[in-house]
Amino acid sequence: MGLDFSVVPDYFGVLAMGAGWTIAITICAGLLSFFGGIVFAVIALYGHWALRLPVRAFAFLFMGTPLLLQLFLIYFGLIQIGIDLPAFVAGVIGLGLHFAVYNSELIQASILAVDKGQYEGARTLGLSRGQTLRRIVIPQAVRAVIPPMGNNMIALLKDSALVSVIGVMELTLAAQQAISRTYRPFEFYLAAAFCYYIVNLALEAGLRHLERRIAASR
Amino acid sequence: MTNQAFVTIKNAAKSYGNLEVLKDINLTVERGQIVAIIGPSGSGKSTLLRAINELDPLTSGEVWLEDVQINKKLPFRQYEAHVNQVRQDIGMVFQHFNLFPHLTVRGNITLAPRMLKGLSEADANKLAEEQLAKVGLSEKIDEYPSRLSGGQKQRVAIARALAMKPKVMLFDEATSALDPELVEEVNQVMKQLAEEHMTMIIVTHEMDFAASVCDRVLFMDQGVVVEEGPPSVIFQNPKEERTRNFLRKHLSR
Ligand SMILES: Nc1ncnc2c1ncn2[C@@H]1O[C@H](COP(=O)(O)OP(=O)(O)OP(=O)(O)O)[C@@H](O)[C@H]1O
Ligand SMILES: [Mg+2]
Repeated sequence: MGLDFSVVPDYFGVLAMGAGWTIAITICAGLLSFFGGIVFAVIALYGHWALRLPVRAFAFLFMGTPLLLQLFLIYFGLIQIGIDLPAFVAGVIGLGLHFAVYNSELIQASILAVDKGQYEGARTLGLSRGQTLRRIVIPQAVRAVIPPMGNNMIALLKDSALVSVIGVMELTLAAQQAISRTYRPFEFYLAAAFCYYIVNLALEAGLRHLERRIAASR
Repeated sequence: MTNQAFVTIKNAAKSYGNLEVLKDINLTVERGQIVAIIGPSGSGKSTLLRAINELDPLTSGEVWLEDVQINKKLPFRQYEAHVNQVRQDIGMVFQHFNLFPHLTVRGNITLAPRMLKGLSEADANKLAEEQLAKVGLSEKIDEYPSRLSGGQKQRVAIARALAMKPKVMLFDEATSALDPELVEEVNQVMKQLAEEHMTMIIVTHEMDFAASVCDRVLFMDQGVVVEEGPPSVIFQNPKEERTRNFLRKHLSR
């Protein structure tokens, strides 16, 4: 049986829908990982120990265990204690928190790298510690961390394929569905890979645009 | 107006571990007075200046601005609120400018007045325009600091401090990090402030500037004020041997 890509266009709608969900989950989880990363970083550096210890334990858990397991835990595990999340929400939470932990590591290092003169400049004007952190330190730390955090976002996009296992009809699962009807795995996996590649290109272009825009303000 | 104690430092002492950086320093600055602090590297000039706005709190002694004790011993939260309040009245200019790189010149100047004094955007913009005009940089209002020369950055830093309408301005070697040809533009701004009778305490290595602008000069060495007086006395007729040695090295350049 040779390759036959002629069946692919028939499933264009299915794949496009899948790509749409992949994009949606990447954006939602990406935002969660960004803001979650900032919150975790601030808690890790400045939080009261009663907050810092659980966050550290949580970070350890999320860095030290497979994402796949985390998704199972959030989607299938939480039901047992009465938390029944839609698959999409469970996927966003799992992916988002997982990458928030990685982003937090980057942001922490970046906060610590902000020049001492920035704190002094702000405090001298009369800004409080919190105001200095919010308005001066974190915006600078986040700008500095955009390139490496961009790499995390690209990893997040690719790892979003994992949420197919909890039944989110994203790109990978859409391809599988097409395959189960046509028995053409090679063609559809390749088509899905091509779609990921296109989305990835768009994401990278967006990140480069962002980097250029903030270049003057660093 | 005159002979009124404005900034008062009483029995100021500061140690880092066993290292005594300031030893029993007393200083009174009157309203509108301009005081230069000179002395060799490591003599404690910056430490003294930074004690005035609690950036480097004293180990013992008192700092007053008019009738407010700046370094009051208070429980943490009250202390923080207190210093945040008094710092609004004390402008400080650093050797390395410490402009906020993520904000435009306008953002740098308007941030604190908007956050701390509740100025409206329009009022804050007007304030920024006024202060920038004063330092001769009106056209740079929408630039980011990274696009400015060192002299321009320092002038923006001065405008940012002035926008808080401080009662006193502290300068810690404001021109030391600048290329020689950029020093004058910053000195000009400081001279202009002097003419407006801004109270200023200026740590500097530029003896000519200190001589031409300041009412009083303090010579510090090893954490003590060795000698103080009007520039004519300190620069032309110092009493202390240590002052003479220091000036010989610095004036002959
Ligand atoms: N954080 C610190 N920890 C320990 N020692 C310090 C600290 N800050 C300053 N010192 C010491 O205090 C002394 C006075 O320092 P200070 O910066 O006030 O000197 P200075 O007169 O401003 O010198 P310069 O002309 O080089 O700026 C120096 O011996 C310095 O090493
Ligand atoms: Mg110094």
